Amino acid sequence: MTATVEVEQTVVRPVQFHQVGKAFGHGRNAVVALEQVDLDVAAGEFVCLLGASGCGKTTLLNLVAGLDKPTAGRIELHSSRPAVVFQEAALMPWLTAAGNVELPLRMAGVPKAERRAKAAELLELVRLGGLGDKRPHELSGGMRQRVALARALASTDDNTGANAGKPSLLLMDEPFSALDAITRDVLQGELLRIWRATGTAILFVTHDVREAVRLGQRVVLLSSRPGRVVRQWDVDGLSGSAEVGAVDEINAALRKVISSHAAA
Amino acid sequence: MPQPDLQDDLYDAGSVEAGLDALDTPVNASEGSRARRIAGRVLPPVVAIALLVAVWQALWAAAFWPEFKLPAPSAVWGQVWQLVTSGEILELFWVSVHRAVIGFAISLLIAVPLGLAIANSSVVRRGIGPLVSGLQSLPSVAWVPAAILWFGLNDRAIYWVVLLGAVPSIANGLVSGLDQVPPILPRVGKALGAGRLGGIRYILLPAALPGFLGGLKQGWAFSWRSLMAAELIATSPELGEGLGQYLHNGMSLSDISMVFAGILLIFVVGVGIELLVFRPLENSVLKARGLTVTAR
Repeated sequence: MTATVEVEQTVVRPVQFHQVGKAFGHGRNAVVALEQVDLDVAAGEFVCLLGASGCGKTTLLNLVAGLDKPTAGRIELHSSRPAVVFQEAALMPWLTAAGNVELPLRMAGVPKAERRAKAAELLELVRLGGLGDKRPHELSGGMRQRVALARALASTDDNTGANAGKPSLLLMDEPFSALDAITRDVLQGELLRIWRATGTAILFVTHDVREAVRLGQRVVLLSSRPGRVVRQWDVDGLSGSAEVGAVDEINAALRKVISSHAAA
Repeated sequence: MPQPDLQDDLYDAGSVEAGLDALDTPVNASEGSRARRIAGRVLPPVVAIALLVAVWQALWAAAFWPEFKLPAPSAVWGQVWQLVTSGEILELFWVSVHRAVIGFAISLLIAVPLGLAIANSSVVRRGIGPLVSGLQSLPSVAWVPAAILWFGLNDRAIYWVVLLGAVPSIANGLVSGLDQVPPILPRVGKALGAGRLGGIRYILLPAALPGFLGGLKQGWAFSWRSLMAAELIATSPELGEGLGQYLHNGMSLSDISMVFAGILLIFVVGVGIELLVFRPLENSVLKARGLTVTAR
């Protein structure tokens, strides 16, 4: 018995889903967004959630982020507060880039000097060092999304108190889908670099198979209405023809899921 | 994931990214020299005023109307100049402006909690929201008779009228400012760890600031208007002489140049405060958020 407990402690999973379900509305009109979802993310793991629209990807992320509550099952979080990056950068327009990164620290009551240093460090990490004084409207879409990433990382970084030493978790909701192709490509590379540099676990929602295979170590395919885990692929370290093959295979599975809705 | 030469890859990505940043950053065109910009902003209104005075002078010289209906521009200027040299103008300004400022400040203290309550609670909104909007369109002069009957001819009656003019505007401005906050911002705030109070202080209030400033500006205009109406109707020696009373005295003395001088001074104060206080405030807030291309 004690042995199992010890094992449980050594393999810390930042997030574990136990038969999670989420329905919106009540009674007959209820829309089931998620049903019986079981999903684990290991510490430092990069997991891509893939699905067509309406599969509850965003709902799932909101549940982990604590922005919404599941209606069935439970989600176990073993991490400091998850950092969230949304599809839009949603920077506060009245704050500078550095001010935006400092915002979560300010709300957590971190002293000013420490805040400054942390924000500068994070902006450096997303290669925006020296641009901290810029306002959001003075930045390009890609740069704004990087500020949003730095801000999210700042919010997860409270290694104080009860959360000390627990693996951190980054949630990303189609963060690059509003960007042009070149910027997206560059930012995908940047994200991989930052992931390696920080060792954070990432749960990344996308509807782009190629993106999922390029970024993720594991790709999880969700069905639509209700969202369920259909299949998972281990895509870690694939390259060349193996990568192309995985993309084709996952694409086929995704198409199958989508076309199953045509009958209904 | 392909991981060939990591170091080389990094350098490459960095320079591509830097290039993209340089290309994608919005460019602000310069607006020409400072002197030209100032001239461009100051000249049009000056020319307009000069034209207006010229037309006035011409009408007066043509003697369409008798002198007691349309005074000469110089006669009005004479009245103003006399107030300036005798120092009387300071007292007029002081009496009216300090009332307006105090009235505005009290309005602010009442309107902000009221606006927050309406914006945050649907019950309060349904209950008194329409009432507050309705009060905004009710001319606050309508309250002068009631105020005089309740409070007598004193400052309290005047403040009552000013409050009823300014509070609805400021409260409504705050409500619409809060309503226009994009819903993603409070969500982001929550994801970043904002509690209820933190969310209001760090996200909602700053996000609502542009709308709120609009409300403040309108609130000032309403409080100034209401004050002048109240001063004009409620005149008594105990109240001291403000701009409204000065205007009223001009009417009593059938001195049209004094009446015109009174209108001019009321106009100058109202516009002056807007230009000196609210316009710069609004411009700096909008500009910082990239909401205006050029300052107005």
